[in-house]
Amino acid sequence: MTTTQPPFATTGESSAAARATALTKVYGEGETRVVALDGIDVEFSRGQFTAIMGPSGSGKSTLMHCMAGLDAITSGSATIGDVELSRLKDKHLTRLRRDRIGFVFQSFNLVPTLTAIENITLTMDIAGRKPDSQWLDQIVDTVGLRDRLKHRPGQLSGGQQQRVACARALAGRPEIVFADEPTGNLDSRSGAEILSFLRESARSFGQTVVMVTHDAVAASYADRVLFLADGRLVDELVAPSADRVLERMKQFDGKGRTS
Amino acid sequence: MFRTALRTVLAHKLRLLMTMLAVLLGVAFVAGTLVFTATMDKGLRDSSSKDYAGISVAVTTTGASARDADQGKRPDGVSDALLGRLGRLDGVASAQPVLTGFTGVADAKHNLIGGSSFGTYGGNYAPVGAGHTDPRYHFTSGAAPTGAGQVALDAKTAKDGGYRVGDTVDVAVTGPVMHEKLAGIFTTQDGNVASGGTLTLFDTATAQKLFLAPGLSGGVNLRAAPGTSQQQLLDRVNTAIKGQSGLEAKTAQQLIDDQAKQISAGMSTMNTIFLSFAGVALFVGIFLIANTFTMLVAQRTRELALLRAIGASRRQVTRSVLIEAVIVGVVSSVVGYLVGLGLSLGMRSLISSNGGNLPNNPLVITPTSVISALAVGIVITVLSAWLPARRAAKIPPVAAMSSSDAPPKQRSLIVRNAIGAFFVAVGGALIALGLHSSGSTGQKALTLGGGAAVGLVGIIVLTPLISRPVIGAFTPLLSMFGVSGRLAKRNSLRNPRRTAATATALMIGLTLMSALGVVVTSLKSGIAAAATDGIRADYSISNANFTPMDQSVVAKVKQVPGIAAASGTERADVTIDGKQPEVNAMDTTVLSQLFHVDRISGTVGALSPSQIAVSDKTAAKEHWRTGQSVTVKLPDGSSRQAVVSGTYKGGPGLPATMVDRTMLSGHTFKEPVERVFVKAAPGKAGSALKSDIKEALGNSPIVQVQTRDDLLNSFNTQIDQVLYMVYGLLGMSVVVAVIGVVNTMAMSVFERSREIGMLRAIGLDRRRVKRMVRLESLVISVFGALLGMGAGTFLAWAAGRLIKPSFATYAMKVPWSQYGIFFGAALVVGVLAALWPARRAARLNALEAIKSD
Repeated sequence: MTTTQPPFATTGESSAAARATALTKVYGEGETRVVALDGIDVEFSRGQFTAIMGPSGSGKSTLMHCMAGLDAITSGSATIGDVELSRLKDKHLTRLRRDRIGFVFQSFNLVPTLTAIENITLTMDIAGRKPDSQWLDQIVDTVGLRDRLKHRPGQLSGGQQQRVACARALAGRPEIVFADEPTGNLDSRSGAEILSFLRESARSFGQTVVMVTHDAVAASYADRVLFLADGRLVDELVAPSADRVLERMKQFDGKGRTS
Repeated sequence: MFRTALRTVLAHKLRLLMTMLAVLLGVAFVAGTLVFTATMDKGLRDSSSKDYAGISVAVTTTGASARDADQGKRPDGVSDALLGRLGRLDGVASAQPVLTGFTGVADAKHNLIGGSSFGTYGGNYAPVGAGHTDPRYHFTSGAAPTGAGQVALDAKTAKDGGYRVGDTVDVAVTGPVMHEKLAGIFTTQDGNVASGGTLTLFDTATAQKLFLAPGLSGGVNLRAAPGTSQQQLLDRVNTAIKGQSGLEAKTAQQLIDDQAKQISAGMSTMNTIFLSFAGVALFVGIFLIANTFTMLVAQRTRELALLRAIGASRRQVTRSVLIEAVIVGVVSSVVGYLVGLGLSLGMRSLISSNGGNLPNNPLVITPTSVISALAVGIVITVLSAWLPARRAAKIPPVAAMSSSDAPPKQRSLIVRNAIGAFFVAVGGALIALGLHSSGSTGQKALTLGGGAAVGLVGIIVLTPLISRPVIGAFTPLLSMFGVSGRLAKRNSLRNPRRTAATATALMIGLTLMSALGVVVTSLKSGIAAAATDGIRADYSISNANFTPMDQSVVAKVKQVPGIAAASGTERADVTIDGKQPEVNAMDTTVLSQLFHVDRISGTVGALSPSQIAVSDKTAAKEHWRTGQSVTVKLPDGSSRQAVVSGTYKGGPGLPATMVDRTMLSGHTFKEPVERVFVKAAPGKAGSALKSDIKEALGNSPIVQVQTRDDLLNSFNTQIDQVLYMVYGLLGMSVVVAVIGVVNTMAMSVFERSREIGMLRAIGLDRRRVKRMVRLESLVISVFGALLGMGAGTFLAWAAGRLIKPSFATYAMKVPWSQYGIFFGAALVVGVLAALWPARRAARLNALEAIKSD
């Protein structure tokens, strides 16, 4: 690793990049009380590409938001590396997200005033770190944006914008990348490019990736798929195919539609 | 449609808050002015009609007569004989002689009671009628003055000076101090006393001697006997005073009407002044309102498209936005009017607490003020929303189907830039024409002023274009703030129109302030040069209100040890060969000690009674040569032959024509002295000598002994007072501009909440989100301030070119310290305006912001 160590003590080599133990998230109180996550135990191993699926309201997005330090947890624990999120104040959570987490959003969420390359290096700019130019080159080439680096998001297609977002997520060599429906706003061809890139980054660069999706084909790109229902982890598939994922999802149909 | 509009306004009330505040302030300013002046007008008229209670016809001297007296002519007036004749006219119940004049009263520390020479008067106690009292005054202790050496004071003045009946009071009328016995203390309805002035009463004979001449009164108040009308009496009086120079008679009703006219004229001037500042504030508000509606329309693209999709016509969409504007306008104008009422009360108590005693009548709320203030607020709001409303109608119905409220593509600036460039070009051409044409000064002024105005409009139109390079120039500074700085810079350039409109609002106030600052600073240095360059004397002695002093002042000053030379200057009403140049008489034997005089030809100093010296300019204008013989007509009407003895280089501080005072001796009435110039003996000048001079004049409360610096300071203080007042009034428009910056920043934060949420998600901490917003606000404020100072300097330069020809010592001077303060204020404004928006941005929940897909 040539990047500067983030300011969090990472003791030893834990096999999990992120872990949730008895993770519970409750919204509201009294009559409006909703249990979104109900004692989830899960590990995201290093270098693995995990997809989280489930019908809408199953808690899959909430799980991701809690794991990524975007939402506070009610009880249990969530750790990134060895850092327990529930004990961190906003300031340290922000720093943790900056240094150890990468994000890809459904609606790209690039800064419209910045060029593609500026968006890619944004997290490192925020951290005041110099980007590792070799690594940057490698990512830029992988996402195939070499000739688009000086363009603003407004001048890029949706697929290109999402590739910029992926490059931004990876550029800082985060511990873990969270992708929230990354193909939701894309046509199938662009979506396939993004998914291939995410899988490739796990395989070749050992990047841990967690993706929330409701698309069985998207989930089939992952190394394993977790199924959530009613805030609980109900099933898991390793090395999934689209058909098997679809089949599993159909079982939820009795309770509700898949989004 | 109305319900939709109302709902929209209610839904966006927080976002419309700043707009409402801006309209409210403008309307409050307008309403406050209108109500204040209407109230003052009524109050002053009421008190003026009280002044004429018990008077049927008044005989007065004309204004020209007073000026002539200051220039050595025998004053006009009502002789005691005429007074007697008027008193015996048929139908006259009483005839009361009236005299007034500048009279200062000293307190125990020899300072003028009342502080300034304004409203410091003296008068006569003239008993009339059977009761043999003067009905104008009511004595609370002691009695009326009955002879020389006695005075009476109004109660407030007596109290301020700590005087009681029997005390000796120091009083001065023409300079030298008089020690008088306080015979009585009175109260009066006199308007001048009611508004904080001081009044000293003498008996009529003494007042005649002091203010005019023995046996001469300034006027007569006549009271008609029952059965005689004012008009009948006026006719008889007019017959009686026929042929008397400088006298006129009017009925009390005419005088009340005259005064009412004067009050109204004064109030309307005040109205115009305040309303023009309110106009600037409202003009600045236009930018803010237009910005808000543009943003609201952009944010509601989908909603408005939906209205179009379900069948609303373009006109209906336009109208719905305009109705919103009307609602905003009505609400803020009504509240603004109420605030304006409070403002006018506040204005009155502010003036009252500063010594000006204003009539305390209830506020006058006229339909005109209500209608015009409300109309101004509503019309401004609707007009400003006009373009955004038209733009709203252009939203295609299909926009309703788009997935997000993406702001519409920015319209090209090409047309706008072309228009701006055209204006700038025309303005520049006019300015060049004004500077180089050979027309009259008035024509040049018009061309130059018009050019500057047109150019300024062009610059305002071009602001979006200018914003790019100027804000680009901030890059190195902003880079110091890392990623926040970089994002701030990009954000401020993101919507050039909005940034420009926001900055322009600030620019307008600062343009006027800077222009004024430069012109005033330049004027001050010009005046300093004019007032002191030609003068060699160490002290200048004059009356506090610059009325002429008694000749005895000169003699008294000359006796002070340590003085090398002293001479009074007399402004003389002298005609030379039929021409009336400005003529000053003085002791020309000490001319060179008191003034810098550059002799050009002949003799200039130590003139004989039959010599005059003229400046080169006067000589050229009147075609006078050295050695030429001229006929001089003196103030008393006698003529004599004189010779032009020499010419000198005219300059500031030097009169156009000089004669020796011996030429006037015996030919002027009272020999009124305008100023006394004093040169100290070598090494004697200093504060000791200054207080010796004051001492020699009995520490007269009205005489001021000023060094060169005192003179400059007194000029500067007066000018600065006006300048700061104008700054204060322009401050209102700056306040509106600041609200505009808050508005823009709040809107920006709202629009970009998703982007800010993302930045928070990927690790931008709260502090730096705040800093980003703050820096953008700073960039806009500083941009506006720089534009304003630039434009203001330019305007001042153009104005300077106009002033210069008629004001030789004027030279453009930029008040760098003031500019520094303006710039610092812009920084403070930037930070303050971002306070609330920045906090909102930092509080944005990253999750909520991102989820809002």
